[in-house]
Amino acid sequence: MKNKMSFLQQEGEACPSRCPDNSAFRQQRLPAWKPQFTITAVLSTFFLTGMFCLSVGVCLILSANSIREIQIDYSDKCSDCSKLRENSSNWNKECLCSVNFTLKEDILGDVFMYYGLQNFYQNHRRYAISRSDAQLLGQNVNNSYCAPFTTYQNGTPMAPCGAIANSMFNDTFDLFYNLNSSVTQVPLLKTGNSWWTDKNVKFRNPKSYNLSSAFAGTSRPPYWQKPVYLLDEEDERNNGYINDDFIIWMRVSAFATFRNLYRRVRRIRQFADGLPAGNYTFHISYNFPVTKFKARKHVILSTVVWSGGSNPFLGIAYVISGTAATLAGFVITAIHLKLRKRKTYFQK
Amino acid sequence: NLFEQFQEVANTYFLFLLILQLIPQISSLSWFTTIVPLVLVLTITAVKDATDDYFRHKSDNQVNNRQSQVLISGVLQQEQWMNVRVGDIIKLENNQFVAADLLLLSSSEPHGLCYIETAELDGWTNTKVRQAIPVTSELADTGRLAGFDGEVICEPPNNKLDKFGGTLYWKESKYPLSNQNMLLRGCVLRNTEWCFGLVIFAGPDTKLMQNSGRTKFKRTSIDRLMNTLVLWIFGFLVCMGVILAIGNAIWEHEVGVCFQMYLPWDEGVHSAFFSGFLSFWSYIIILNTVVPISLYVSVEVIRLGHSYFINWDKKMYCAKRHTAAEARTTTLNEELGQVEYIFSDKTGTLTQNIMVFSKCSVNGHSYGDVQDVLGPKAELGERPEPVDFSFNALADPRFQFWDPSLLEAIKLGDPHVQEFFRLLSLCHTVMSEEKTEGELYYKAQSPDEGALVTAARNFGFVFRSRTPKTITVQELGADITYQLLAILDFNHIRKRMSVIVRSPEGRIRLYCKGADTILLERLHPINQDLSSVTSDHLNEFAGEGLRTLVLAYRDLEQSYYEEWSKRLRQASSAREAREDRMAQLYEEVEQDMMLLGATAIEDKLQQGVPETIAILTLANIKIWVLTGDKQETAVNIGYSCKMLTDDMTEVFMVTGHTVLEVREELSAAVWGSMHGSGCIPTSLCGSGCMGLPAQLRLHPQHPLLSPQAHALEADMEVEFLETACACKAVICCRVTPLQKAQVVELVKKYKRAVTLAIGDGANDVSMIKTAHIGVGISGQEGIQAVLASDYSFSQFKFLQRLLLVHGRWSYLRMCKFLCYFFYKNFAFTMVHFWFGFFCGFSAQTVYDQYFITLYNIVYTSLPVLAMGVFDQDVPEQRSMEYPKLYEPGQLNLLFNKREFFICIAQGIYTSVLMFFIPYGVFADATRDDGAQLADYQSFAITVATSLVIVVSVQIGLDTGFWTAINHFFIWGSLAAYFAILFAMHSDGLFHMFPNQFRFVGTAQNTLAQPAVWLTIALTTVVCIMPVVAFRFLKLDLKPELSDTVRYTQLVRKKQKSQHRCRRHTGHVGSHRSGYAFAHQEGFGELIMSGRNMRLSSLALSSFTPRPSTGWIETLRRKKGSDGSAAGSPGSATGKSLKV
Repeated sequence: MKNKMSFLQQEGEACPSRCPDNSAFRQQRLPAWKPQFTITAVLSTFFLTGMFCLSVGVCLILSANSIREIQIDYSDKCSDCSKLRENSSNWNKECLCSVNFTLKEDILGDVFMYYGLQNFYQNHRRYAISRSDAQLLGQNVNNSYCAPFTTYQNGTPMAPCGAIANSMFNDTFDLFYNLNSSVTQVPLLKTGNSWWTDKNVKFRNPKSYNLSSAFAGTSRPPYWQKPVYLLDEEDERNNGYINDDFIIWMRVSAFATFRNLYRRVRRIRQFADGLPAGNYTFHISYNFPVTKFKARKHVILSTVVWSGGSNPFLGIAYVISGTAATLAGFVITAIHLKLRKRKTYFQK
Repeated sequence: NLFEQFQEVANTYFLFLLILQLIPQISSLSWFTTIVPLVLVLTITAVKDATDDYFRHKSDNQVNNRQSQVLISGVLQQEQWMNVRVGDIIKLENNQFVAADLLLLSSSEPHGLCYIETAELDGWTNTKVRQAIPVTSELADTGRLAGFDGEVICEPPNNKLDKFGGTLYWKESKYPLSNQNMLLRGCVLRNTEWCFGLVIFAGPDTKLMQNSGRTKFKRTSIDRLMNTLVLWIFGFLVCMGVILAIGNAIWEHEVGVCFQMYLPWDEGVHSAFFSGFLSFWSYIIILNTVVPISLYVSVEVIRLGHSYFINWDKKMYCAKRHTAAEARTTTLNEELGQVEYIFSDKTGTLTQNIMVFSKCSVNGHSYGDVQDVLGPKAELGERPEPVDFSFNALADPRFQFWDPSLLEAIKLGDPHVQEFFRLLSLCHTVMSEEKTEGELYYKAQSPDEGALVTAARNFGFVFRSRTPKTITVQELGADITYQLLAILDFNHIRKRMSVIVRSPEGRIRLYCKGADTILLERLHPINQDLSSVTSDHLNEFAGEGLRTLVLAYRDLEQSYYEEWSKRLRQASSAREAREDRMAQLYEEVEQDMMLLGATAIEDKLQQGVPETIAILTLANIKIWVLTGDKQETAVNIGYSCKMLTDDMTEVFMVTGHTVLEVREELSAAVWGSMHGSGCIPTSLCGSGCMGLPAQLRLHPQHPLLSPQAHALEADMEVEFLETACACKAVICCRVTPLQKAQVVELVKKYKRAVTLAIGDGANDVSMIKTAHIGVGISGQEGIQAVLASDYSFSQFKFLQRLLLVHGRWSYLRMCKFLCYFFYKNFAFTMVHFWFGFFCGFSAQTVYDQYFITLYNIVYTSLPVLAMGVFDQDVPEQRSMEYPKLYEPGQLNLLFNKREFFICIAQGIYTSVLMFFIPYGVFADATRDDGAQLADYQSFAITVATSLVIVVSVQIGLDTGFWTAINHFFIWGSLAAYFAILFAMHSDGLFHMFPNQFRFVGTAQNTLAQPAVWLTIALTTVVCIMPVVAFRFLKLDLKPELSDTVRYTQLVRKKQKSQHRCRRHTGHVGSHRSGYAFAHQEGFGELIMSGRNMRLSSLALSSFTPRPSTGWIETLRRKKGSDGSAAGSPGSATGKSLKV
């Protein structure tokens, strides 16, 4: 009994049960880094940032200057065709149109051919969600993601379904090089233009012994001229859902003005270094009606550098912000030297 | 409590959103983007509320399960408090709390007397006497009590502590009952072994509970501001929705109609107008993140964290009482950083309610000052050994005295010193009890008297016993019995008491003790020199806040005494004007007295009270003391805890008895402060401001017309408040619990300031509940105040730490948290708004839906929570050293509407850059391999990534105190963002749910582009640099005090010593009376009548009954007059109790 008593007492003295722990965490005495806005830190931040931005900006502008780009708006040049397309009953009438242009100097390096659309709202919410990724993955599921282009009235499902697929851009371009009245077609690559993940992961054809049977029981979207399994009859690996043009169209753009990669110039023979200077002709098969909603169509030839295509914005923005940061650094220095208050506190 | 949850507007709003999302035409987001955060938020809140409830129940049970002895079918049984019912008979023992309002039936003391201490109830420090009605006082054993079958008819439950009306019907006769027969809940039984009581009111009907006011749900001002802001944001949201809806209608009308070949309108949508209407709701869904769903729950989590820090604080742990500080409510923490007014109770909060005989002045010689012995003031730690009283077998071992010279004087036989202590041992109304030889117990009516008699006892003048006619004193070992001839009792007008005794030698002597102001005038002229020396000493004592009494004696001639006592007998038997005639006789005999000296009693303060008050005052917090105790006592405490100082030249007292008088006094004071000197009284330069009202005291003296009560009447409120606020220190005396609450309410109502009430007893419950923040002193017997409080700790001095450290930090953290929180949500959401103009107002989101779901709950929640919990601007020692650091909280500078708009503006600025920089980059951009870059998914990722990085950098700038946890959360959040991003964009998830994870491969492709990273870097730089510049310039040009303190941390100054120096300032010019005596009239009569003496001790003495006007009448009358405003007496509509 006595032992127990003394034991309890000892315990009570050593550690009163309700006494809080003396840990640094509980006593809010954790070691901590207390950064402060010191003049050196702030000024060095500003000057370093300014230098960094300026140098990046200059690099960007310099490299962007080396880009060669030809952009041709053919919405007006092919006005006959566009008028024809305004009447949707003429959907299966072909309309060809050709546009000439001259290169004053060679375009060296890889040359990419884009089609550009203006005022085409691919980023509209109802448009952008109208697709079935499960279908495009080759899974034969019927679902409601494609409204309003899911099935025909007789119940036949569309393949591919959805507003995006239905509105696929279907103008075709051929580029001809006119050298001394001899006309050479510029060889173009139609594969390898899309993201690897899109081509190999996101888009899969349904499994079957051949492609047309895989799409049996479905029919093409209403605006299409041919079913999906005839998109590229020459190349099995560029047909059906994994057709590069289709994949690229299905990656909807962020804004109403955008350009999608159409072809790359194949660098063989006289085009091994790019496009030589001279006269060229685009032969355009005009199928895609846009005049109704005042959209415009372009065809673009361009090269790229490490920072991508020919957009001067980033370089200019960097130069401006770099200049601003440096100037701010000087202003801060001036203000600090002139106007600072005393920094010690004396208690009255 | 899911229902309660949805009662909150915010939650209803989110439920409404959820319903909106289920409509397919409107739903612009997947259902889970709203429901996941909502469920998470509700779960966390529910868990928190459940734990809160659990702990509250636990502490309630602690009280409810207190044991009391209840008489059930003739046997005493232990019952829990909560099971005590009206009509039960309860047995109470000494020092027990009274469990319910009881009718006293009988007690261990003769005549059914019973002593109680009501400090818990009304804050008075003296003991009071209660008596059972004679018929029941015989019922002293359980058997007879069990047979008691009376019936009590009484008034309905009310909150008047000093009134009770009722009738007992028993054995076919009626007995009137009054407050004199009642033991109220919250009292403590003292000096009485046991008593029996009949429960009249229990539980919420008890006067104590009736007085404690309603419990209101407390909200902080930040809470209210937050609610307003959320409403504003909601309005803003609707505005944005309307703008975008109009935009949508126009777009559909101009463009969408033509675009129908590729994108026909939804079924049911036939006009652009209807489309706009639908898009309004769609945008409401998308933009709902401006009203942050996780705001409320995050705020709760942060407050919970702060509460735990309070609970864990070792510096607020009292080792003596084994109690740590406790945050009982977890919702008020940041309000602690905004307190402007503190209302403090006195007894038990500022003082320990222990009286100690600390100094005295005998025959012009001052004893008791340690300084006299050691020369310079000794440090607290190096006190000399206390005086050794071992020579005296009867000495009280707990008594300590530090000046050995006094004892030497006694041993040397200094007649003055001996007479001094003889007086102390004779002139009092203490009862003694000697259970075994040498073990004396004193039953003192007031602690002052107890202290004086105990002092005399230790110095060798032991009061041993008394009968109505004799007093036996052991003087330096020899028993001497004095004949007690008369007790000239104390009352608050006379401010003195005297006894007339006949020594064994037959010499008749009058011993008198009383207030210096009264007594010094009644001295014999030959005392002049001595009197001036003594009054110097008195001033010295008073300056230290000691309670002083002057002692004097007068030798009476036998013949004079006989003649006088004859007249006294006549007067006391007179029918009319008995009081006056007796008072006149008392006056007459208390003349030409010889001065003996003065005593100084220390009303022991709690540790560190003056220092705490000084620091809090420096922090611009106004402290008001509200006490139920009397004026003198309260003023004394005011001086001893340095609230009042001698340089407060003009002490303003409200003493008027009628409405009119009080009004005049108040307006005079207001006028005085306006025109007196033009100095603003809130400034700290006290001595310079002459003619300022420095102090306001309220003390009702007249029974019914108490100024306090008038001052609180509606039309006087403002004047009272103005006067009080012009004063540097405010002490309200004689306030009832409800009036305390009224005063607090007054300040709340007119000053719109944050108030804090601190108290320990049940009488403080009402004010604790009324104030914005209630603090209870825990670790003492009473638990009522603690239960009603929001915070509790065991020492008043912890208040400074609670406010200056925890409160300040809480406020700072909460403000920083809110600013950042609104900022990040605006930066996040407004991007959708800008995007609306570029996507045909179609309610397309900028981000992936998973990003929208997780942004608030995963990517950005933890770093800001960590900042809200751990951030510190200056270390805790600094906030004590520079109390001025507390001011931004009082002025609400860190988060107000202005700050809110700055945050919002910053958020919008960020969102603009966040959208337009990628927009500029992405237009016509291509990747470095020629493929398209400007696709929607890449854009979404770019914006989302730069947003996460920008807000992370921003939180890094906001965090001033990077603990390991902050590092972990900030870097962790960024890491989590990229981890989740890549996981969401992985092949595996896509193959499982192709329609849900459409972003497959985007992260790998987009984030591999240098252009994207350059965009992100540029966005970050442009968003952050202006913030850095502004912050630095603000710091450089207009530094806050906290900033400068941070800078000067290394430059240590000797400021610490400042507070201490103040302790020993001189007390020149203090010409006030230090008199205070917690005493009550009537006990003298009680003793002389012998009615409280045990029969054994009475046996020998001749017992002569007094005239009909008994002591109990006096007691009762006195009682009634001391109390304040009594209400209409007609409230006694019957409440019948069957027993």
